[in-house]
Amino acid sequence: MARALIKVSPNPRRGEVIEIKTLISHEMETGFRHSTTGAAIPRDIITTFVATYNGEEIFSAQLFPAIAANPFITFYTIAKESGTLEFRWTGDNGYAASEQVKIAVE
Amino acid sequence: MKRAALVPSAFAFARATRRLAGPVRRLGAVAAAGTLSSLSLAADIPLNERRSSYEAMSAATKAMQDDDSANPATLWVLDGEALWRASAGAAGRACADCHGEASQSMRGVAARYPAYDAKRQTPVDLEGRINICRVEQQQAAALRLESKELLALTAYLARQSRGLPIESNDNRLAPSIEAGRQLFQRRQGQLNLACAHCHDDHWGEKLAGNAVPQGHPTGYPLYRLEWQGVGSLQRRLRNCMIGMRAESYAFGSPEFIALETYLMWRARGMPMESPAVRP
Repeated sequence: MARALIKVSPNPRRGEVIEIKTLISHEMETGFRHSTTGAAIPRDIITTFVATYNGEEIFSAQLFPAIAANPFITFYTIAKESGTLEFRWTGDNGYAASEQVKIAVE
Repeated sequence: MKRAALVPSAFAFARATRRLAGPVRRLGAVAAAGTLSSLSLAADIPLNERRSSYEAMSAATKAMQDDDSANPATLWVLDGEALWRASAGAAGRACADCHGEASQSMRGVAARYPAYDAKRQTPVDLEGRINICRVEQQQAAALRLESKELLALTAYLARQSRGLPIESNDNRLAPSIEAGRQLFQRRQGQLNLACAHCHDDHWGEKLAGNAVPQGHPTGYPLYRLEWQGVGSLQRRLRNCMIGMRAESYAFGSPEFIALETYLMWRARGMPMESPAVRP
């Protein structure tokens, strides 16, 4: 039940600095832990996060095992034109999730 | 080695838990004097002095709880909503088929659980009620306690009571509240402490650098940063019991339900915060 939550002002003014908040459900298993029987629990994390605005990359991040579960990433951009913000998370074991939000610049 | 090293800390803690008065108490300072015998039970916290541990949290953690898009428990709430609408079991019915919109039918419900079940003649907590419904109405298997699905459904239901006052005015719960109070005030574990020693007598002081809360269950199930996930009140109680080095009760046991019933009575009238965030 992977889920992502995005919060962004849907109708910003042109030229306004807008905050974008993203939250995604992920275990972020570090790879450093062991089960109760002593077996190593393999690493399973999100490794990259990329945000694009009408196809242009505006923000990206690399994630490492020290990042907590359910990574919450917020950043800012300037609302230049109406269009689509797309968010893409990729990680271990072929993990891939994406989410889109439309904004209408006034 | 580790075990032996822990023993002196028991005495250090007993010294630290001596009640302090006035501004010193507020600073969370530690008294060096005092013995185990100085631990005596105080009366209940006066109603107007009760505080949710929300108030002791950092601004960042408060902001996390207050903004649904930053509160990771929202992920569980959304999963719970999906489960609410999904048909399950041999009956092929969803929760929503009988109960309709949870925002209407489940408003305020979590604020009065554990509630008395007349058929079973015992209090039942919210997790227990969900499982009774699953088995009897949906003819599905009960969800495992602390499973992601059950926590999601519980979080979704509890979310419908956010901001509403906790209710505890069913006389049939009185024996369970009393049993819970006995458990709350009973010394147990290798540290020989009762819940009341910290949460009635020494709230607001520090234990290992953390504020000792009054222990009101206003936000459960909640997202605990330490857990990196959502957990129930019983999981939190188990945490405390392990800290006291007592043997924890089993999830869903009558002891835990009695404690939950007592804690909800103790927090009666306080607003629900579910699903809360705690450090």
